[in-house]
Amino acid sequence: MPALEINRVSKSYGALKAVRNVSFSVPRGEFFGLLGPNGAGKTTLINSLAGLCRIDQGFIKVMGHDVKKNYQSARRALGVVPQELVFDPFFTVRETLTFQSGYFGIKSNDSWIDEILDGLDLSEKSNANMRSLSGGMKRRVLVAQALVHRPPVIILDEPTAGVDVDLRKNLWAFIQKLNDAGHTIVLTTHYLEEAESLCSRIGMLKNGELVCIESTDRLLQRDKECLVRVRVKTSPVKSMPALEEMLSETVCVDLGEYLIKVPNASEIEGILRRTRELGFEIDAVETETEDLEDVFLSIMKAAPERSE
Amino acid sequence: MSGFSTLLLKETLRFWKVGFQTIGAPVLTSLLYLLIFSHALKNRISVYPDSEIDYLTFLVPGLAMMSLLQNAFANTSSSLAQSKMMGNIVFILLTPISHHALFAAYITAACVRGLFVAAGVVVAAMFFVNVPIHNIFLVLFFGTCGGVMLAALGLIAGIWAEKFDHIAAFQNFVILPMTFLSGVFYSVQSLPPMWQTVSHVNPFFYLIDGFRAGFFGRPDVPLELSIFVVSMVTVFLSLGCFSLIRSGYKLRG
Repeated sequence: MPALEINRVSKSYGALKAVRNVSFSVPRGEFFGLLGPNGAGKTTLINSLAGLCRIDQGFIKVMGHDVKKNYQSARRALGVVPQELVFDPFFTVRETLTFQSGYFGIKSNDSWIDEILDGLDLSEKSNANMRSLSGGMKRRVLVAQALVHRPPVIILDEPTAGVDVDLRKNLWAFIQKLNDAGHTIVLTTHYLEEAESLCSRIGMLKNGELVCIESTDRLLQRDKECLVRVRVKTSPVKSMPALEEMLSETVCVDLGEYLIKVPNASEIEGILRRTRELGFEIDAVETETEDLEDVFLSIMKAAPERSE
Repeated sequence: MSGFSTLLLKETLRFWKVGFQTIGAPVLTSLLYLLIFSHALKNRISVYPDSEIDYLTFLVPGLAMMSLLQNAFANTSSSLAQSKMMGNIVFILLTPISHHALFAAYITAACVRGLFVAAGVVVAAMFFVNVPIHNIFLVLFFGTCGGVMLAALGLIAGIWAEKFDHIAAFQNFVILPMTFLSGVFYSVQSLPPMWQTVSHVNPFFYLIDGFRAGFFGRPDVPLELSIFVVSMVTVFLSLGCFSLIRSGYKLRG
């Protein structure tokens, strides 16, 4: 039984089709990334998982529990960190977490609350009113709220938006620890380097459609073209056209600096040799492989546009 | 703690933490009404010519019920509308709390606030007048029904409202006129026949008449009729409100 099972799910808001016939599943213990540009349907899909919106067709199961028919069990299995920075201004951090535990029917949860507060570096603020916290602190409380009932599946909807580097590192270390302990994590983020380093598998949405779902390693090898940045010391004007003719994919980024796209890294040596044969003295060579951001952009570009 | 008791505690603490505004202020407002109306009208109006109950005493149950109704409505409507608009309603919607528990917790907390305010008005008024209690069960029955009725109406308004202006419109154009035209400040027997008929269409009239009968034992209409109307309206509004919560209307997209 997978942690999440999403089967032919569609959701529209009037004429806008926010999610179109999306199906995929997330095995237990996986760190899964859900990526897509703004308006791709990520938050609608997450809201559908969490029962915050009702799907038009298909079904969703969390740890085997249908989110509609068996909503109470499904919600017990799910912890959601919402995208918006929301809080209840009447209560302190500890009261907020104690109430959240109570909503799940947990009577005395102080030791786990203390552990979460400690893990998220919030212990000193436990008795502070929510209004007095900074944006980053409020974000941490949102994470803590999602964890109070020890859910096996944790969904983080852009949890590091507007969060400083230290906190981001701290937060990811904590989430990674939870994943190591067996929790399934689903992450949406616009910081693709985070997804690349944390997620073992990634799904990409565009216009409500799932356009790609692959392991992160495969995605990174998908377009294995290599970029070579070559800087030459001398640039004899006569030889310039010859160099550019030889390297049809050459882009001159600056005087004497060329960005060359090669199908694979083994061809770099040949290019450098021919460059020297043309009379250029090579000053510096840098190679760049494509990262998740490049892959993401190429997948988004290739995916069809939908007008309605 | 269960989901119900936690939500009830949270909703109760929410108004308790700002008790000056949610309990103290309405009690003080009612006392000011009592002071002003009694000075202006006590020698001009004879409510029960054949008894010793003066206008000042007559006012107390009506003012207590009016405060109860307004505060029960304010509690649910403002809590839900505020949670919706600030977005923190998700902390409740993401949990396994059942529709029944959610409904019951909001309604109970609003009733508690309404009854606290009503009790505050009666107790404070007792420093100035002697308020008899003829039948405490009638007082509790109509007080509780009034609290549930307006709490349910407040939840409906909170679910429907998309901005605070909508809540204010509900309060000023529905609740306030219905309260003022229900016999809070007068006995409907003193009205011309046409206005008496109009008053009898207003369910708040039966609430106030029954509640006042609990204090003085002198209802304007048969108590059975008031109990029937109040029970029916309370059940009707509660069912309507519960159906809205269960359907997720304006709560779950």
